[in-house]
Amino acid sequence: MTIDWTHFTPWTSLAGGVLIGIAAALFVLLNGRIAGISGILGGLLNGRREDASWRAAFIAGLLVAPSLWLLVAPAVHPRIDASTGMLLVAGLVVGIGTSYGSGCTSGHGVCGLSRLSPRSLVATLVFMGAGFVTVYFARHVLA
Amino acid sequence: MNAIAAFASGLVFGLGLILAGMTDPGKVIGFLDLAGNWDPSLAFVMGGAIAVGLVAFTFAKRRTVNLLGGAMHLPKTSHIDRRLVLGSLAFGIGWGLAGFCPGPALVSLGAGQEQAGVFTVAMLAGILIYVVAERLSRRPTKHAA
Repeated sequence: MTIDWTHFTPWTSLAGGVLIGIAAALFVLLNGRIAGISGILGGLLNGRREDASWRAAFIAGLLVAPSLWLLVAPAVHPRIDASTGMLLVAGLVVGIGTSYGSGCTSGHGVCGLSRLSPRSLVATLVFMGAGFVTVYFARHVLA
Repeated sequence: MNAIAAFASGLVFGLGLILAGMTDPGKVIGFLDLAGNWDPSLAFVMGGAIAVGLVAFTFAKRRTVNLLGGAMHLPKTSHIDRRLVLGSLAFGIGWGLAGFCPGPALVSLGAGQEQAGVFTVAMLAGILIYVVAERLSRRPTKHAA
């Protein structure tokens, strides 16, 4: 292992993490809910109407964030290597997996670990581990 | 009021994801690539988020109503089962393949990023497949063997 010093951004990543934590804090204290993106999205698609407004509002906040960002900071240029086919497969697997496992990086990773939930700790270790192994195969075995 | 608070939370969450570098799949994969040129940044994202989260959830767990006067909806499930492990395993594989997880995909879609749009459409299809499969498996069968 070598450290990628050119891309390593400890301070902005820490600050971004703090903002994510503040958002999760606002949500649990004001709305009494877990800021788990896959769960919020899943609840919009399962056909129940009662919670649709706050779910849609949270998603709208995520969608509007880049426009607000552009008012104060330059655009971020993402590096995306995945082909369209790969994006489709990955999206499908992420959609099914987060629904089946009841959470993703936000719900289990950020909120679950903050709640000291053993269930979320297991989920986080499993998806992180699966991510490490997948990238290892994609970059160092199959490539 | 709930919707306004939810919008504000989503907005701050999205800004945090952008600042953290989570909306750049190359950075996410750089973190997951332990055997290559490793970018440890995302560990700092988790660290920062959890440091704030720990305080907030310690406070939240003691409350019976939220600050707007509504009910608290903290998860009650605590068992670790096959669904949790298999679902998280699938999620981790998909995350490693594209470098997108649900939040950053939506934020990137909001930025007009086409590949994020492709990923999000497939992700929504995945969620719908799950919803339909759950409904079919819960429907009582007429010809139970």
